[in-house]
Amino acid sequence: MIYLDHNATTPLGPEALEAMLPWLGERWGNPSSPHRFGHEARVAVEGARERIAACIGCRPSEIVFCGSGTESDNLALRGTAHALRPKGSHIVTTAIEHHAVLHTCRALEAEGFRVTYLPVDAGGVVDLDALEVSLGPETTLVSVMHANNDTGVVQPVEEIATLTRERGIRLHVDAVQTAGKLARRPGDLGADLVTFSAHKLYGPKGVGALYVREGTLLTPVTTGGGHERGLRAGTENVAGIVGFAEAAARTFDGLEAEGRRVGALRDRLERQLLEAVPRVKVNGAGSTRVPNTSSLSFQGIDGESIVLGLDLRGICASTGSACSTGEPEPSHVLLAMGLSRREAQGSIRLSLGRATHDEDVDATVVALAETVQQLRRISSVR
Amino acid sequence: MTNAPDEPKPAAGTPTGPVLFYTETLLEHFRNPRNVGELAEADTDGFGLVGDPSCGDQMKLWIAVRGGRIAKIAFQSFGCPGAIATSSMLTELADGKSVEEARRITDDDVIEALGGIPENKKHCSLLGVQALQVAIEDWERRQEVKAARS
Repeated sequence: MIYLDHNATTPLGPEALEAMLPWLGERWGNPSSPHRFGHEARVAVEGARERIAACIGCRPSEIVFCGSGTESDNLALRGTAHALRPKGSHIVTTAIEHHAVLHTCRALEAEGFRVTYLPVDAGGVVDLDALEVSLGPETTLVSVMHANNDTGVVQPVEEIATLTRERGIRLHVDAVQTAGKLARRPGDLGADLVTFSAHKLYGPKGVGALYVREGTLLTPVTTGGGHERGLRAGTENVAGIVGFAEAAARTFDGLEAEGRRVGALRDRLERQLLEAVPRVKVNGAGSTRVPNTSSLSFQGIDGESIVLGLDLRGICASTGSACSTGEPEPSHVLLAMGLSRREAQGSIRLSLGRATHDEDVDATVVALAETVQQLRRISSVR
Repeated sequence: MTNAPDEPKPAAGTPTGPVLFYTETLLEHFRNPRNVGELAEADTDGFGLVGDPSCGDQMKLWIAVRGGRIAKIAFQSFGCPGAIATSSMLTELADGKSVEEARRITDDDVIEALGGIPENKKHCSLLGVQALQVAIEDWERRQEVKAARS
């Protein structure tokens, strides 16, 4: 199997698995318990918090562990919106956010908040002028992803941070797709809130984190005990958190060399593909992208059929369209970039990772060329 | 009901094959769709073009009718695996049938012949059936035109 869907999830690194095992086995204490058995779990959680803070470039007290990137986004958006409601009820985000942000914004709209969804240009980059114009005295929060999960296009977060800081507006950045991929430390982006997910950087599923800049007021979404400084009630996922820290330390450690290696493979893949297959387009090719992601649109055929064709040839890819999840709508990200519905429908995403090597890229190009040729033979659209 | 592959038919919705939510029969039709292509103008007695506005899928279907039976059938499909496989299966079900029998083929017949289809893919299975209906209507219109001329 050739796995090219690392933006969906990454395999659990062996070192992370190793670090987790004791906490799934004999060391099963509750970190909040007032005895030595609980205390050793507390020590593990706080040690993990320190390691992750060191990766991100923040204080350990600024890390809130939670159950996923989605939950982290929810805490950032709902937590800020509710905490600052007396100040204003306007939120600004972009049309290309992950559903974790978009659907949370929709839910906040139903509660009476006003949300602006900023457009992006043809390269998939958010329109800074539109952003500046959208900010008003009522605006309390701007939420922008660091890089898009479909296209890998990196957003100008630092410039956005300058605009929000001048106006005293909170900035939330979903860094799920960049953490461990880009050299810039997330803590240095200028954001007040940053979302992370363990399973996108070779850690376990079911663990996320929110960086909360010191002094940033949030209303908790989950209420209960006083875990995570009262921001996320619920007994900590000790093994998951320990695995997250181990994976993050490994990933951030070799980040630049791995980024260069994977970037060269991605470029090789796109170059070979453009030579082997006619009528194909690389989305966001002219923009700054994370090094592992390639979004491709094939004229006249359907992305889901391409993905199945690749699957039958032993290659795991993903579609730009959400059709397989029951939504027949093509990718909102590609539509926002100005692709036609049919172009968006003919899109797939390849996302490379640690296990990807030259021969995988070469085999993928051959399989894609075959699949595309076969589907174009069947197609009623040229 | 099904007139070709001899392979055993899994129960409706049975998750088999490399992709858990498609049946082996569906995957086989996706890999080797039957009756792909178009009929020459001279051979065509009916043509149907339909699209699914909800997902952008499109299908073209040609029929040749001899003695009231579907003598040749061909299709082209732009769409997801469900659309391709159901269209292929539909042409197989319709081939050789009388026009009246072919007209009575439903999407449930196609789904059953494929051994089931994921719930969210059911709308895809409508396209082939609709295209066949349109092609048969086209054939009828052409018959009327011919009758009026003679």
